[in-house]
Amino acid sequence: MSGGTRPPELSAHGGNGRPATSGGTGRPAGDGGAGRLEVADVVKAFGANRAVDGVSFVAEAGRITGLIGPNGAGKTTLFNAVAGEYPLDAGSVRLDGEQIGSLPPYRVFSHGLARTFQIPRPFGGMTVLENVMCVPERQAGERFWNSWLRPGLVAREERRNMERAREIIEFCGLTKVERQLAGAISGGQQKLVELARALMADPKIVLLDEPGAGVNPALLDTIVDRIVELNKRGLSFLIIEHNMDFIMSLCDHIVVMATGRVIAEGEPDTVIADPQVIDAYLGGAIQ
Amino acid sequence: MTGFAAYLVFFLIVALTYSIVVMGLNLQWGYTGLFNAGVVGFFAIGAYGTAILIGPDRAHLIGGFGLPFPVGVLGGMALCAVAALIVGMATLRLREEYLAIATFGIAISIQLVALNFESLTGGAQGLVGLPRPLFGLFDSPASYNLFYLGVVAAVAGLVFLALETAVRSPWGRVLKAVREDETAARSLGKNPAAIRLEVFVLGCVLMGLAGGLYVGFIGYVSPLDFLPILTFQIWAMLIVGGSGNNLGAVTGAIGVWALWAMSGLAISRLLPVAYQSQGGAIQVILIGLLIVVTLIFRPRGLIGESDSVSKHTGAR
Repeated sequence: MSGGTRPPELSAHGGNGRPATSGGTGRPAGDGGAGRLEVADVVKAFGANRAVDGVSFVAEAGRITGLIGPNGAGKTTLFNAVAGEYPLDAGSVRLDGEQIGSLPPYRVFSHGLARTFQIPRPFGGMTVLENVMCVPERQAGERFWNSWLRPGLVAREERRNMERAREIIEFCGLTKVERQLAGAISGGQQKLVELARALMADPKIVLLDEPGAGVNPALLDTIVDRIVELNKRGLSFLIIEHNMDFIMSLCDHIVVMATGRVIAEGEPDTVIADPQVIDAYLGGAIQ
Repeated sequence: MTGFAAYLVFFLIVALTYSIVVMGLNLQWGYTGLFNAGVVGFFAIGAYGTAILIGPDRAHLIGGFGLPFPVGVLGGMALCAVAALIVGMATLRLREEYLAIATFGIAISIQLVALNFESLTGGAQGLVGLPRPLFGLFDSPASYNLFYLGVVAAVAGLVFLALETAVRSPWGRVLKAVREDETAARSLGKNPAAIRLEVFVLGCVLMGLAGGLYVGFIGYVSPLDFLPILTFQIWAMLIVGGSGNNLGAVTGAIGVWALWAMSGLAISRLLPVAYQSQGGAIQVILIGLLIVVTLIFRPRGLIGESDSVSKHTGAR
């Protein structure tokens, strides 16, 4: 991964002394640190449909930024554009000052941006453990000849990665299912597998696409807890979510999109009272 | 040697040669999800490449370099790698059945080139009278076949071990991740396009290796040996044996080839002479039936894939 300051090693989480914090009080505001995502004038069109139509905002380092808006506002399209899944038609995306716009997803990932999907995309035919162990970049064992020529190196690396993967799996509450196929566990658990994979990358910022959708309340609490805990350790988040309680309790800063544009942004309380925001949501509901 | 033992040796040479092809396909399909329906094309390239390099010089033919057999086989494999690289770069953006259609067509084209490029491939007559490696050292064809079985078994064993070591490492895990969900793999720092191309080339090189061994054994090449039915036989071997498992691939190769050989024998014994030529279709029907029955009753094959890829994570 590229240089710059990194969030604290997540491997320190382990099983020992992880606090069961919940709620969203007393978090340090984003100051310095890594994971500042700057989206500037981004346009992504599909034919005549400008799904994302000149969006600009900043997700500050060390913060949890919420991205909300009615269905069809362009939130997921923006995520895909930022993560490199779609090339940009215009605009730029910078992560800690480095241009990542229009890089392929695996290069964006190398810059320290990890993401999850609206509908979970686990590697269904692989165990939860191997889903997570797959993530670290530039494993020597990813070159087939190294398993013939340098088996010792590969084995050492595997031991190290396995240890770290199991710490992260435990942190995400998945230890009981770590040997099960990821395709055979519940949808909520699959969301946690995606979170675990993202954490295994040791990223600067994590993009979560509706982490709470379709998740039962108990698991949702786990997810909220983990996000708060990780944020305390300096990890930045950008989160799409429809669940207002989730957004209000978690986010430091909210960006509201409608019809491909940003219509409001700011502190959660201010944004939620904005007449334009109310209009966008109610307008959508009435149509 | 009795007739049966001699036949068993012959049978095993062919079955183990095919097992190398099946292991190559297993790497492509079983691990990485590449639907290569042009298996026979790459087997043919390896066979013709080897034949052209080891064959004696003939006035009316290009090639005939008279090179030693191992050099010929390596050359055939290299030719396969180049062909796979070109085919792969052109087709690997296609998914599943589209890739299958494209590769199927390419295999047919390769066979047609073999049939028609007479000055290189000998056309419909093929290339005959190719030297069989070390044939002069043996006093009878039977003992030579036994020696050749040893060679093929050693090569197949080596391929098996090399593949098992490679796929049961982080490399195998990445292949499987690409197979399971390319978009997710891409978002996690893997480059699926590069991985697919790498695996396609490696798998095709193994098919070429088998083609070379085949030529060394039978001593000639003919375009009739590379008809599409062979691709389906290879697929049947992989599906029946167990896709995503190298032991399954070898088991399937031996099992399906045994069924093919025995059904051929049964047809020639039981059917009246007048129906012999039509009777061959029964073999093809049997292969289709075997695939369907396997998919219904044992979709993971005789020896299925294991949950854990890496040997480092398989056991606690």
